[in-house]
Amino acid sequence: MNMRPDPTFHATAQLAMQAPVENYGFTVMLSPDGKKSDGIAVVDLNPDSKTYGKIVHKVVVPNKGDEFHHFGWNACSSALSPLTGHAFVERRYLIVPGIRSSRIYIIDVKNPLKAKIHKTIEPEELFAKTGYSRPHTIHCGPEGIYVSTLGGGGEDGTDGPPGIFIMDCETFEIIGRYEMDRGKQDKHYDFWWNLPQDYMVSSEWGLPPQFENGIVPEDLLSNKYGHSIHFWDLRRRKNIQTIDFGKNYQMALEIRPAHDPSKSYGFCGVVVDTNNLQGAIFTWWRDKNGKWKSKKTITIDPVPADPDDLPDLLKGFGAVPPLVTDIDLSLDDKYLYVACWGLGEMHQYDVTDPMKPVLAGKVELGGIVAHHKHPNGKDFAFGPQMVEVSRDGKRVYWTNSLYSTWDDQFYPDDEGGQMVMARVGDDGGFELDKKFYVNFPKGYRSHQIRLEGGDCSTDSFCYPNV
Amino acid sequence: MPLDDTSLTALWWAVIFSGIYHGINPGMGWPLAVSAGLMERKHLALPKALGMLAAGHLLAMLAILLPFSVITTLLIWETGLRIGAGLIVIAMGVYLLINRKHPKFLARVHPTRLALWSFLAAMAHGAGLMLVPIYLGICAVDGGEVGHLAASSLMSGNIINALFVALVHTLAMTLAGGVIATIIYFWLGLKFLSKTWFNLDAIWALSLILVGIFGIYSAHAGH
Repeated sequence: MNMRPDPTFHATAQLAMQAPVENYGFTVMLSPDGKKSDGIAVVDLNPDSKTYGKIVHKVVVPNKGDEFHHFGWNACSSALSPLTGHAFVERRYLIVPGIRSSRIYIIDVKNPLKAKIHKTIEPEELFAKTGYSRPHTIHCGPEGIYVSTLGGGGEDGTDGPPGIFIMDCETFEIIGRYEMDRGKQDKHYDFWWNLPQDYMVSSEWGLPPQFENGIVPEDLLSNKYGHSIHFWDLRRRKNIQTIDFGKNYQMALEIRPAHDPSKSYGFCGVVVDTNNLQGAIFTWWRDKNGKWKSKKTITIDPVPADPDDLPDLLKGFGAVPPLVTDIDLSLDDKYLYVACWGLGEMHQYDVTDPMKPVLAGKVELGGIVAHHKHPNGKDFAFGPQMVEVSRDGKRVYWTNSLYSTWDDQFYPDDEGGQMVMARVGDDGGFELDKKFYVNFPKGYRSHQIRLEGGDCSTDSFCYPNV
Repeated sequence: MPLDDTSLTALWWAVIFSGIYHGINPGMGWPLAVSAGLMERKHLALPKALGMLAAGHLLAMLAILLPFSVITTLLIWETGLRIGAGLIVIAMGVYLLINRKHPKFLARVHPTRLALWSFLAAMAHGAGLMLVPIYLGICAVDGGEVGHLAASSLMSGNIINALFVALVHTLAMTLAGGVIATIIYFWLGLKFLSKTWFNLDAIWALSLILVGIFGIYSAHAGH
């Protein structure tokens, strides 16, 4: 317990952008076949350090087969909420769930070079207290840490719908389910909110049998993955509106609200439009009457390809779909980064006008057919996937793996884990940094990145920019 | 008696100081006034929010003080009551000192329902209890002067005292919180929001214990 608020908590997104830059990154190390234990790699991000761009410490867990994916902080700028009057928790622990095992590790990173496991929550406890399984997205908010799950109860996670549960942000005890009235929500993926405006938005991937053993092509072609987003009255815990993008918009994944809480809009990425294989971004907003609306504001076209160059899954289509698998919004709400994991591209859109995004930059790296090399001459396995932007918006980091079994279907010949970084120009545009290329230890792939002191998909700000 | 005049003045100053003390504590709501001004993008929202916070705080003070004002009249054994009240206040302080977890239900209140939030925050932190020994002290001094009056007029005197104590305290609190909120809103900016924010939890709990001890001591001393 501190006497003053943690110096990494900021009242506004603007103040967070002016804060000192990150010295360390924390990145998932994933053993795709479960032969090794998963872990968190601590990467040195200080360009003045001798070990810049190297993995300087690893926290490897004792179990195997957890499948690390997303993770997050125990506390963030949301602690400065005027409603709590109690901003004295520390940003110190990473909450790291295994989406295959449903086990949750609490990792103490107070000293990044000596990061260690602080507590382990066994799957049985999660099942007993929530009836949910396969924990995924972490956000720190009112009453504690919110965790979304991808599965309900039972062996295959289909006994009841998945949802969100709440954990205590100091003792890490699981408190229980969040929802009081979930309405139409029966699948889950990501969620985020606007704390002063008191709304939450959640999205849908698919149920565990639709992803755990690989993508199910029949389900995709019959539009059985998620294609809706849900708006919630955050404190009344009630689903107030569901927007269906349309059945063909398969897999509505990342939710990125504007960071300035006086704005009432945000974005959601859709992996694939089954009508034409396009990737899509929807902008969602609240109109004057309080109704939520959405509109497709970005489309990315598939690229025709020789079936011989395509994996079995895509041979029949004769094209590479972009596969929009992750998006991230800079803290000034200006640039939206869009990972096109299939094409092997990272796009940067100027979303100053959220209804009219303009492509401002593009980096090519990896790809199912393109196989773009890194400017340092090395290969990049798979394509750009989990993307994280530095608080000041000047550095964009990303890794390459989507999900163990899906990597193997879309990229049957690739293997390995890489983390790279691109520098953003003063007037937009971005380029890969030749010197920054982290190759993960053999047998590991990489996934989500968290930056020391917070990043662009962690902190929720409670006061508007001035 | 001059002695009683002095202690009465001191007690009223204690009411004012406790108000200032509650006002500067961010846990009693001044950050909400800053946030309201910024979210609604109009200056008027700030005093409006302060007004709602004050209303909630005033209600919370009265909810604690009024029952005591009734009991003081009905119970003859006044010293015992004041010692009992002091013990309750000490117990609340000890509880807050041991249980350092923040009352989470406060985060469940909708951000625009400021009066309700302020009422609940004051109740949860024992803000009203902190006033009880001071209030009972004031009643004792007053009661001493009007020792032979009928119970009914004594009670109405006590109720008026309770109203005044709550009003003066809330006014001081709103002014103190309002000054901080206004300075941050108009001049210093939000960077100072986190800089001026100190963890008062332990000091707050100790204050309750201290006020409780004072209550018991002054009951014994006969004031």
